Amino acid sequence: MDESVTLKKLAQKFPDAVVGTHRYRGDDTAIVTKEKIRDICLFLRDDPDLLYNFMMDLTVVDYLGREPRFEVVYHLYSLAHNRRVRLKALVSESDLTIDSVVPVWIAADWFEREAYDMYGVIFQGHPNLRRILLYEGFEGHPLRKDYPLKKRQPLIGPVN
Amino acid sequence: MAEIAKDLHTEHMVINMGPSHPVTHGTVKFLVTLEGETIVDLDVEIGYLHRGFEKMCENSTWQQVMPYTDRLNYVSPLINNTGYALAVEKLLGIDVPERCKYLRVIACELSRLADHLTNVAAAGLELGAFTAFLYFVEARELVWDLIESLCGARVTVNYVRIGGLKNDLPERFEEKVRDVFREVRRLWKDVDKLLTKNRIFIDRMRGVGAISAEEAIAYGFTGPCLRACGVPYDVRKAQPYLVYDRMDFEVPIGETGDNFDKYLVRMEEMQQSMRIVEQALAQMPDGPINVRMPQVRMEPKEKIYTRIDSLIYHFKTVIEGIKPPPGEVYQAVEGGNGELGFYLVSDGSGKPVKCRVRPPCFALTAAMPRLVKGRLLADIVPTFDMINMIGGECDR
Repeated sequence: MDESVTLKKLAQKFPDAVVGTHRYRGDDTAIVTKEKIRDICLFLRDDPDLLYNFMMDLTVVDYLGREPRFEVVYHLYSLAHNRRVRLKALVSESDLTIDSVVPVWIAADWFEREAYDMYGVIFQGHPNLRRILLYEGFEGHPLRKDYPLKKRQPLIGPVN
Repeated sequence: MAEIAKDLHTEHMVINMGPSHPVTHGTVKFLVTLEGETIVDLDVEIGYLHRGFEKMCENSTWQQVMPYTDRLNYVSPLINNTGYALAVEKLLGIDVPERCKYLRVIACELSRLADHLTNVAAAGLELGAFTAFLYFVEARELVWDLIESLCGARVTVNYVRIGGLKNDLPERFEEKVRDVFREVRRLWKDVDKLLTKNRIFIDRMRGVGAISAEEAIAYGFTGPCLRACGVPYDVRKAQPYLVYDRMDFEVPIGETGDNFDKYLVRMEEMQQSMRIVEQALAQMPDGPINVRMPQVRMEPKEKIYTRIDSLIYHFKTVIEGIKPPPGEVYQAVEGGNGELGFYLVSDGSGKPVKCRVRPPCFALTAAMPRLVKGRLLADIVPTFDMINMIGGECDR
């Protein structure tokens, strides 16, 4: 099985950090603890059998009511091997921090800023972690499930 | 010279370019720090549009998301439709009929053609080449006529559905395609003559906004901007979806990754898109265009009015929405300016838990400071044109 090389190597290299792996509809997924995320990403980027040189996407999913509540989801692509993998790092609400992967892929810069803006996850070591879509004074993080759909925070204009 | 500079008390000047500047599409602001005309620092601020795409999708049924997807990118909406539909179908684990796949390929390639025509036309205009703009806008209008005849609308186009399509081809579509492509090819040649060897155009584009392949990969570049650096990555070739593996087309690449190479790559891709449409029309089989699964694809109206089981399915899909099994998928398609990926999470209910789109121009816009630092103020215009930023996509 060519596709599971990534998951196998990952589980071998980081037995403590990889909580679980699965394949669903052809997508490889590895669920990892957040402590080693930067090492895992470096390994995925540099190992000659893996070479995940593209960080395609980074986002957060909010599973309100579940512990840990948040998952930081990374979609990686390897140009050399034409493979994709999804990494999911678990982040709990009480400790909303995770290491930034900007040192690994510079593409993470804006994606992490967006995740911070929308979900409030703090990326440690990010060179410029500030809001990207909303203004500095905006209260709350709108993509969280408990942020009301119709809440308004207008800077000018009628108050709600 | 150094002596003179020492005596001159110069200061850096900070200027705001946008968001209402014509080049910045009304949704982006550049905070430019200048020394004379040289860019010392550049800060890109997006977020003047902020559509709240994901929040809207998470509060809609899977089918209601469809019209939001085509507003992501208003110059090639049908590719966004297709990407989302493919992602939901992957989540459901279903496969659409053959004819539907060919029709989607045609819809995607017409959109790509319209996208590149718009991009090159606007880039020409913003550098003063008004004639090239007029010629390509004419070509684009002709392509949009085709898209209009395909899906019945011109501005709010929406053609693809989960599990199928809105309708089959209109009458005499092949004939229309032949006529339009003849005209588009003629206009393409004219613009090629006007721009490709134009001294002014080359001077503004050549060597500006260049980036190496390694850096482009690190920044997450995809699409024509990556291919201009010499990396032949195209989702249609690397991980074929629909029937792209049956199509004979080439992936044009550049060498230096500068703006002129991006322009050349786009020009060549238009020719390839037209080839693909012609092949798809020639190969297309007859048959149904929708899956026969009333719990996924809505039943035709005449059946809803006459059959009770169809009526029940109709009620259930409209009120509760379709219910994909719990799970998550990522589906990538080749958008007009790069890899367009949909990441969907389902918990088995009628609404998505997460509906995330990976927009190609987000990564490209993030690299703007890298592309223009140390260049002149005027270089922002062609560089920003050639990364083809689309407000609806970039702003999230």
